[in-house]
Amino acid sequence: MSTVPRLLQETLLATVSRSPERTALVAGDARLSYREVADCACRLAQALRVRGVQRGERVVVFMDNGWQCAVSIFGVLLAGGVFVIVNTQTKHDKLAFILRDAGARVLLSESHLARVFGPVVEQLPTLQVLCTAAKAEVLPANGENLDAALADQPTTPPPQFGIPLDLAALLYTSGTTGEPKGVMHTQQSLLFVLDSINEYLGFSEDDRLFSALPLNFGYGLFQWFSAVRAGATLVLERSFVYPAQVFKRMCDEAVTSFASVPTVYAMMLAQDAKQPLRFPSVRLLTNAAAALPVEFIPGLRRIFPNAGLCKMYGQTECIRSAYLEPTLAEVKPESVGRAIPGTELLLLDENRRPVVSGAVGTLYVRGPHVMRGYWNQPEKTAEVLVPGLLPGEFLLKSGDLFRQDAEGDFYFVARSDEIIKSRGEKVSPAEVENAIYSLPTVREAVVTGVPDPLLGEAVCAFVTPREGESLTVQQIKRVCSEHLENYMVPKHVLLVSELPRTENGKLSRKLILERYAALITELA
Amino acid sequence: MSIKQTIRRYVLENFLFTDDEAALQDDDSFLAGGIIDSTGVLEIMLFIEEAFDIKVEDDEMLPEHLDSIKNLVTFIQRKQAVSA
Repeated sequence: MSTVPRLLQETLLATVSRSPERTALVAGDARLSYREVADCACRLAQALRVRGVQRGERVVVFMDNGWQCAVSIFGVLLAGGVFVIVNTQTKHDKLAFILRDAGARVLLSESHLARVFGPVVEQLPTLQVLCTAAKAEVLPANGENLDAALADQPTTPPPQFGIPLDLAALLYTSGTTGEPKGVMHTQQSLLFVLDSINEYLGFSEDDRLFSALPLNFGYGLFQWFSAVRAGATLVLERSFVYPAQVFKRMCDEAVTSFASVPTVYAMMLAQDAKQPLRFPSVRLLTNAAAALPVEFIPGLRRIFPNAGLCKMYGQTECIRSAYLEPTLAEVKPESVGRAIPGTELLLLDENRRPVVSGAVGTLYVRGPHVMRGYWNQPEKTAEVLVPGLLPGEFLLKSGDLFRQDAEGDFYFVARSDEIIKSRGEKVSPAEVENAIYSLPTVREAVVTGVPDPLLGEAVCAFVTPREGESLTVQQIKRVCSEHLENYMVPKHVLLVSELPRTENGKLSRKLILERYAALITELA
Repeated sequence: MSIKQTIRRYVLENFLFTDDEAALQDDDSFLAGGIIDSTGVLEIMLFIEEAFDIKVEDDEMLPEHLDSIKNLVTFIQRKQAVSA
């Protein structure tokens, strides 16, 4: 191993050799030292190699947000593979799409998820399934017991052949057209952005990072990577569903960093108003995924009296683009700050020329953290990766419009696509519309985001039934819950007889929002 | 309608969007089954507070009280017994 890690898995091996007994991960009832994480990851890597996983092959990890999922990421990397994490809220048709699209060689999962992946893997005879199971009888028909597969493997890494240009991950993200896109990140892009993040957040091995964010999401994934890189501890919760349990865990573990999204902060502020919440051990509070409302800040100062607040902005295609120095949180509460260390942000017009100072432009990201493109989608890649300043270099075109102040700090103005941000999750209106159209009684459906005090935006569906057909709100929500992750299921469904169109006869979100403005105000 | 029937109907209608009783077993974990998320738990709490005239304290919002039909029924019965 080189003295400076060049690959993500080397960050784990470096930390193990430095502090093997330090706690790496606390999740549920499990507490794992770095040595235990590395031993388990090495066993998995060996088991994957034995099953034929070669350098660059994709391994899908469909596991709850727990220690097995976190360890599996490093197991796949140590095998030379590419990890693809799928949120366990995903329903079978989307899981099937991802397994096929990624060309997965192996699926790592847990037996209680067999009802979702079982029917899918039957259709994919070449896919190998390794599944944790307490008892052999709950294993799916073509699944192998993961624990048994690891038991007789050595705890040393298999021979390593990878270089920084190799693919490390496909991070699937919602696209405007409805089908998820696999964002290709190399070892180099992920390790670069990791070092940049750890530099501006200043993590050390004394930190105890808390996260209930899903590991399939860049912000959640990097809580784990940041902890491993720094030799710190990650306290990982499955979700924020039971706040009292989560708060107790935060206090018991005296966590020093808390990463979350505005919806969770809104919930904490509501709780604090009833009964004061205090987390004096936290020194650093971060926000990403959606803009933090300015009016949240005083309340968060009360709940986290000793914490700096770092607001961040990013997208899966480069993980992180900007951060605002904690000292500026109240000075420039509406700014996302500036480019993360080692990168730059450009504001360009439609002709890709720099806008005049202070004007609104499309944000472009330049740096080694930019993705390689969308897996198997060269046309979609070409839409967002545009020729950069040097031959062979690409700039990432973000979907967002920004302006910049005289000191160089950036301000979000608007999105330039129709993606909805609900609870910090990206929701593709087309994906929800496709699910609704699977009901034969639907004539037309238009899905849009409407303001919501807790969610930021709530998913709202306007639906017209076919003539003479009966259609209920419940039927629409049910079909959505069968096809989509929970956060994509519309909170509001409005059955209407007619949807407004443009002069060209096209359905228009803008006209719909105008016509139903009064109704939408009532929903919030 | 019994406590169990009331709760079952509410969860089926509002989270599974169905009236098919077979879609939910009494000891199915809402969380592990992907049936509810964090906003869902708040909705269930508000529903049982209103339907059964009880008050759920923040520190009672725990899976052992709320994460299945069975747990909910036990919890509601206990709360009603205390306030009676």
